[in-house]
Amino acid sequence: MSEEKLPEPHSPAGALDPFADPGLPAHEPRVTDIDEKAARRAERQVSLLFVISMLATIGFIASYVSIDKYKIIDIFFFGKIGALNLALGCTLGVALFCIGAGAIHWARTLMTDEEIVQERHEFKSDPADREGAIREFQRGAAESGFGRRSMIRRTMIGAMALVPLSGVVLLRDLGPLPSVALRHTWWGKNGKNGRTLIINENTNKPLRPEHIVKGSLVMAKPEGLNVDNHDYLEEIGKAAILLIRLEPDEIKSKKQLEWSYNGVVAYSKICTHVGCPIGLYEQQTHHLLCPCHQSTFDLADDGAVVFGPAARSLPQLKITVNEKTGFLEAIGDFAEPVGPSFWERG
Amino acid sequence: MASTHADSAATGPIPDNAATKTADYFDERLGFYGVAKKNLRKVFPDHWSFMLGEVALYSFIIILLTGVWLTLFFKPSMEEVVYSGSYVPLQGIHMSEAYASTLDISFDIRGGLAIRQIHHWAALIFVSSLFVHMFRIFFTGAFRKPREMNWLFGFLLLVLAMVNGFTGYSLPDDLLSGTGLRIAEGVVLAIPLVGTYLQFFLFGGQFPGHDIVPRLFTIHVLLVPAIMVALVTVHLALVFYQKHTQWPGAGKTEKNVVGLPLLPVYTAKAGGFFFIVFGITALLGGLVQINPIWSYGPYTPDQITAGSQPDWYIGFLEGSLRIMPNWETNLWGHTISWNVLIPSLVVPGVMFTFIAAYPWLEAWVTGDKREHHILDRPRNVPVRTGFGAAWIAMYLVLWIAGGNDIIATHFHLSINSITWTMRVLFFVAPVLAFVVARRIAMALQRRDRDKVLHGRETGIIKKLPHGEFIEIHEPLDAEKLHVLTAHEQPAPAELPPAVDENGVARKLKPGQKLRVRLSKFYFAEQIEKPTAEEFKEITSGHGHH
Ligand code: HEM
Ligand code: FES
Repeated sequence: MSEEKLPEPHSPAGALDPFADPGLPAHEPRVTDIDEKAARRAERQVSLLFVISMLATIGFIASYVSIDKYKIIDIFFFGKIGALNLALGCTLGVALFCIGAGAIHWARTLMTDEEIVQERHEFKSDPADREGAIREFQRGAAESGFGRRSMIRRTMIGAMALVPLSGVVLLRDLGPLPSVALRHTWWGKNGKNGRTLIINENTNKPLRPEHIVKGSLVMAKPEGLNVDNHDYLEEIGKAAILLIRLEPDEIKSKKQLEWSYNGVVAYSKICTHVGCPIGLYEQQTHHLLCPCHQSTFDLADDGAVVFGPAARSLPQLKITVNEKTGFLEAIGDFAEPVGPSFWERG
Repeated sequence: MASTHADSAATGPIPDNAATKTADYFDERLGFYGVAKKNLRKVFPDHWSFMLGEVALYSFIIILLTGVWLTLFFKPSMEEVVYSGSYVPLQGIHMSEAYASTLDISFDIRGGLAIRQIHHWAALIFVSSLFVHMFRIFFTGAFRKPREMNWLFGFLLLVLAMVNGFTGYSLPDDLLSGTGLRIAEGVVLAIPLVGTYLQFFLFGGQFPGHDIVPRLFTIHVLLVPAIMVALVTVHLALVFYQKHTQWPGAGKTEKNVVGLPLLPVYTAKAGGFFFIVFGITALLGGLVQINPIWSYGPYTPDQITAGSQPDWYIGFLEGSLRIMPNWETNLWGHTISWNVLIPSLVVPGVMFTFIAAYPWLEAWVTGDKREHHILDRPRNVPVRTGFGAAWIAMYLVLWIAGGNDIIATHFHLSINSITWTMRVLFFVAPVLAFVVARRIAMALQRRDRDKVLHGRETGIIKKLPHGEFIEIHEPLDAEKLHVLTAHEQPAPAELPPAVDENGVARKLKPGQKLRVRLSKFYFAEQIEKPTAEEFKEITSGHGHH
């Protein structure tokens, strides 16, 4: 037995102090330490686990080459599940798990479990080293003249402080400046009072007022904004609207009434909180709920926030009907920026 | 047997075989025998709670392995494609290459779904184990001198793990991942003064743009993992160098470390445990579906599914955003969105700064400058335990609030009342948790005291000659007696007398008063641990109670 295994010597106070540290207890041998038969049984168990792991790896390779990757099977509790994925996950899992179980079983039954005691030392250096190190440093510093030659010191600090600026400047082309991009949407393409045809998102066709029936929500977008436009996602992220029909006398605000057409109102679909699209409509109350953080807007009250973390009403889009075609059209852009607030929004 | 083999290995001649020769070859160039001799039998204390950090390490390795495999097939591009892979419901749909390649990984590349799911499960296990590991360290005081720096490294790892989890979740560009990014965009926009600029630089223009997925990809697979690998290395090196803490017990002191040697037992157990964790994660990847991106569809900013949820570790931010009142101010043409800034930046900022700074806060209050290698039993430091419980309570309230819509639909409650409950609980629950945890800790201390003085209850009832029934108490063994009494009970700090010895009014340093008050808060109320005299009097007097 090496010396390091010796338990701590008892302190002489131990006899007097009933709470003193009794010292490391003597090692108690396990069955496998004294019974060679038990030890051999443990050895067989460990090896068995390693053999199972090997078989599982073979199973993994066999599954990879033989199971059709599109095969779906239905198993109890787990439901419909891809057969190949199931087989690969399970065989890999078993192969790995058994290596681990074997190693741990080996360590617990056959490797010596006698505890060893080692000393700790305080991390603080001894005073001589401390002094020596500080002196060496001071000498180096004095030889450099860093403290004395203040012009060198100051200019060096200046140079080092400036040089990272190049790195910051290089980040400039990460993106364009915001300019007024957040203030305008596709609806403003045709000028301040220009008309833009409203297109149903689902059918891709223009809408007539009678298509908007009471109690249902119609999602729409401006004409000309199509999935294959390069910046479709950026534009639809601002221009998406929803249309509903109210009884004109349900509408509480005068502006809202003026911007509507025969009870049909159009509102931005983008939540004024942090920008999720709003989609849940409660037809009795005319409340519109954002699924992200449950901000709730009252469409009968000009999109006012009735609940939740959003601070601003939903922007309304002014609409009318083209006398010739009978289709719904928007007049100009939203009067305010849509979506989340930002510093310059005002 | 085992030990006789081991003894002959330790005394017999040095073998002259290929292994020794190879080792010699390297030693002649590196001179590592000295280091090896010192460390091959290095001692590691054993306790189940020390495995939590191991789980974190192993799941990190699993993440690295599966992550590298995923990079071989994933295409970090937002270029638009029309899907033509084998998943029928999405055929012909416009989507980004990122989303399409994730569908390919899931359906057309053999083993792809298993690896994706293992990667995702390992990420969830990783962040969970980091949290639990951190609280193990917290409640046992393992962060005290000399380990404060390692606490900070661990803390940074936790933050980076959450950041990397979020960036990874955003890569497949499915409806859920895009929704998460949209919310992140709203948060960036809300930052005063520079928010809009940051958003345009981050996304390369308006949301969502075409740059965010490739940029997040670089962050997710290169930048953050590289920093994390470096931090993990330093973290483990420090554990090794400073030696592991240990629980109080027979033979264990502040000056020693008792446990099993690195070679062979610790290596076998720790190495084996890696395979166990990997095995379980692989089984999860094969059996339990996670993040079925094909059922969400590709991201577009005008669509959403109800009840969408982020990965669990982002949930508390979601909850925080949900329960915040809708405050916004407009001043001189500028908007400040308190409703976004406070819940997404201020609240988590304060909560996590508290964690990062705690070792220094506590050291300042206790004024303790000594090294500590024996762990505290959480009951013996009731105020710290209370703070930990309070933090967890606050986190849990936010986390639960993140599912307020799910709670509402499951339990048929109104969102309004749940939100108000959560707003109140955000302030009340931490206080309650503090009080309750501290009470429990004190009660446990009292029980320890009783056990030491009166012994362990055996459950055996005895009838005395005069008819009284008593329960027989059995005295504790020497180790138990030691463990239950080994903790220190520092006296609270006192302010120096108001005037010094010359009768001149003393000037207090700033903060000194606060320090004394906090110190009283920590230590004024204590359950006195039994003294040797008390113990002797009781045990020598009348054998039983
Ligand atoms: C530090 C910890 C990491 C965490 C917490 C993490 C987490 C995640 C998560 C949650 C996802 C979404 C997975 C899904 O599709 O369900 C993901 C995707 C991904 N990760 Fe990681 N990851 C980490 C490190 C890495 C590393 C080091 C690499 C590569 C070297 C990597 C490569 C990838 C790739 C390529 C994807 C997208 C592929 C896909 O979604 O199928 N990850 N990660
Ligand atoms: S984005 Fe609509 S409530 Fe948060």
